[in-house]
Amino acid sequence: MDTAASYNDKVVRQFSIMVVIWGIVGMLVGVLIAAQLIWPQLNFDLPFLTYSRLRPLHTNAVIFAFGGSALFATSYYVVQRTCHVRLAFDKLAAFTFWGWQLIIVLAAVTLPLGITQSKEYAELEWPIDLLITVVWVAYAIVFFATIAKRRIKHIYVANWFYGAFIITVAVLHIFNNLAIPVTLTKSYSIYTGVVDAMMQWWYGHNAVGFFLTAGFLGMMYYFVPKQAGRPVYSYRLSVVHFWSLIAVYMWAGPHHLHYTSLPDWAQTLGMVFSIILLAPSWGGMINGMMTLSGAWHKLRSDPILKFMIVALSFYGMSTFEGPMMSIKTVNALSHYTNWTIGHVHSGALGWVAMMTIGSIYSLLPRLYNREGMYSTKLIDVHFWTSTIGVVLYAVSMWIAGVTEGLMWRAVNSDGTLTYSFVESLKAVEPYHYLRLLGGLIFFSGMIIMAYNVWKTVIAQKPADVAVMNPDDMSTDSKDGGDD
Amino acid sequence: MRHDTIEKSLNLMVVLIVLAISIGGLIEIVPLMMSSDVTEPDEGISIYSPLRLAGRDVYVREGCYNCHSQMIRPFRSETERYGPFTTAGETVYDRPFQFGSKRTGPDLARVGGRYSDDWQRLHLMDPRALVPESNMPGYPWLADNAVDPELVTAKLRALRLLGDPYTDEQIAGAAAAVEGRSELDALVAYLQELGTNRKNRR
Repeated sequence: MDTAASYNDKVVRQFSIMVVIWGIVGMLVGVLIAAQLIWPQLNFDLPFLTYSRLRPLHTNAVIFAFGGSALFATSYYVVQRTCHVRLAFDKLAAFTFWGWQLIIVLAAVTLPLGITQSKEYAELEWPIDLLITVVWVAYAIVFFATIAKRRIKHIYVANWFYGAFIITVAVLHIFNNLAIPVTLTKSYSIYTGVVDAMMQWWYGHNAVGFFLTAGFLGMMYYFVPKQAGRPVYSYRLSVVHFWSLIAVYMWAGPHHLHYTSLPDWAQTLGMVFSIILLAPSWGGMINGMMTLSGAWHKLRSDPILKFMIVALSFYGMSTFEGPMMSIKTVNALSHYTNWTIGHVHSGALGWVAMMTIGSIYSLLPRLYNREGMYSTKLIDVHFWTSTIGVVLYAVSMWIAGVTEGLMWRAVNSDGTLTYSFVESLKAVEPYHYLRLLGGLIFFSGMIIMAYNVWKTVIAQKPADVAVMNPDDMSTDSKDGGDD
Repeated sequence: MRHDTIEKSLNLMVVLIVLAISIGGLIEIVPLMMSSDVTEPDEGISIYSPLRLAGRDVYVREGCYNCHSQMIRPFRSETERYGPFTTAGETVYDRPFQFGSKRTGPDLARVGGRYSDDWQRLHLMDPRALVPESNMPGYPWLADNAVDPELVTAKLRALRLLGDPYTDEQIAGAAAAVEGRSELDALVAYLQELGTNRKNRR
């Protein structure tokens, strides 16, 4: 087959497999550091196995290796299917795959060595930051050049979200990481103190807003309608919530700095926009959920769809919780506690991971020329392990967080503090166990997924898929392309 | 303008996305950079001495910020536990900032002088020897690692390039100031200074 007449699914397959592998690695590190908080002996007095060096490895691995690979895989798949063209620049696309894997490996080596900028989710030092910039520009070129040569007039809604995610992450990454190098492994930020903190949380919050939200909404806008066999519920809602989401998110960063020495006006702006953000976030959730109108019965037989609907439920839940936590009086209690950790994981496991897992189960059979995954039963088992795991995790951290927050502020009638700090640490220990259990259960699902994926991909040789002529489509282009 | 027009033009869509995402950051960050309230040091706050800078970089490298904040909020319960709340002017030489976002351990913004040097050393080597309930990892390797004098000199030069007021004499004397000191010495020196330069300490 003429290569221009077929889709470039090789790079999609590569990224899809890495999603599973990096998911297992990132979550395994998560399980280890959760255990270290209970049994500090597990740090073994070895620098590279120490909690404080491994926690950034966990966050980077799950966000950029697991989540990042999922975004590359699905965006490359979706942009080809919805534009009815082969992905632009085969070699550049291959470069983004190998470049991204190299970045991940460099992160996995440098973070345990203590090579870090210490800015959360932007820990990687300047040579790696430069490499990220190069790979990201290549990604943007491949993605936007593919849209530029599309064979239908409209750009499909999923691509708006992927496009906004690619552009914004480039802007965030560059400005937050500006630094003066001292050596290859050490640099100093050009910003200091409060300005540096504001820069970091402008970046940090929008890493959540664009990497983990806009990008994954792109995924949702293709795979949920596809899996449900229904068009997106409301076109108008997708327009309104897209523009409001990307504009409002960028203001919300200061809620990470409530009651710090960041000036009050900035904290207040951050709080107000965080509360407003509830509306566009729920716009996306409602649009996804309601896409199942008339197809709800499919939940009985399709565990992939269950993954997606539960993911959307967690998205709605955590985008309600987030604005609540950004209210200063609530934040006064929740900040610095495990409540934040619970909130992050209901978003990261509940929304990001479950949407990814559902989409990969939906995608893989198409990439490997099959009707479905090796075992639907195992997908269902995976669904239940994920759901139970994330619920145990989030609930234990909520209770732990509120407990800590209340103990830290408790005072006796004479005005002295009721509890010492270490008493609050002892009080939350049972929830550390419960969190570890939840994490282990979620992790066990990833092992089941790995087995299912392995059985699926070895059984069949992948075949080239011909690019579909848009004239052969029966549906409106706005409802998504078809393969 | 109908949304149809945007959906059919990639260029227009990219331009509008860039516009939409730029406003929030510009309004929140640029005025902050211009504001002397957050860029001028408080009275008594000065640049880090070579040994304390080396210690601060050990703090960053080991990831202490993952469990310890350095940002006391203006609440009675916090000032009672940790000391006066943190001001912006105390942090203007902090590259990067170390506010932290999670307290698995206590805030350290005013830990300087609370414990003896010996307590800090022993605690860093083996936390549970002093606090049996602690879940903090030990950092015994710090005692064996020497601070690199050449590196500290290079760091001071880089910081001066960024505008921190290090003098020629300070840079020339940096190597001698850290010669023969371990990373543990440096980290303890950093910790023991935290919060002690402020005028209104108690």
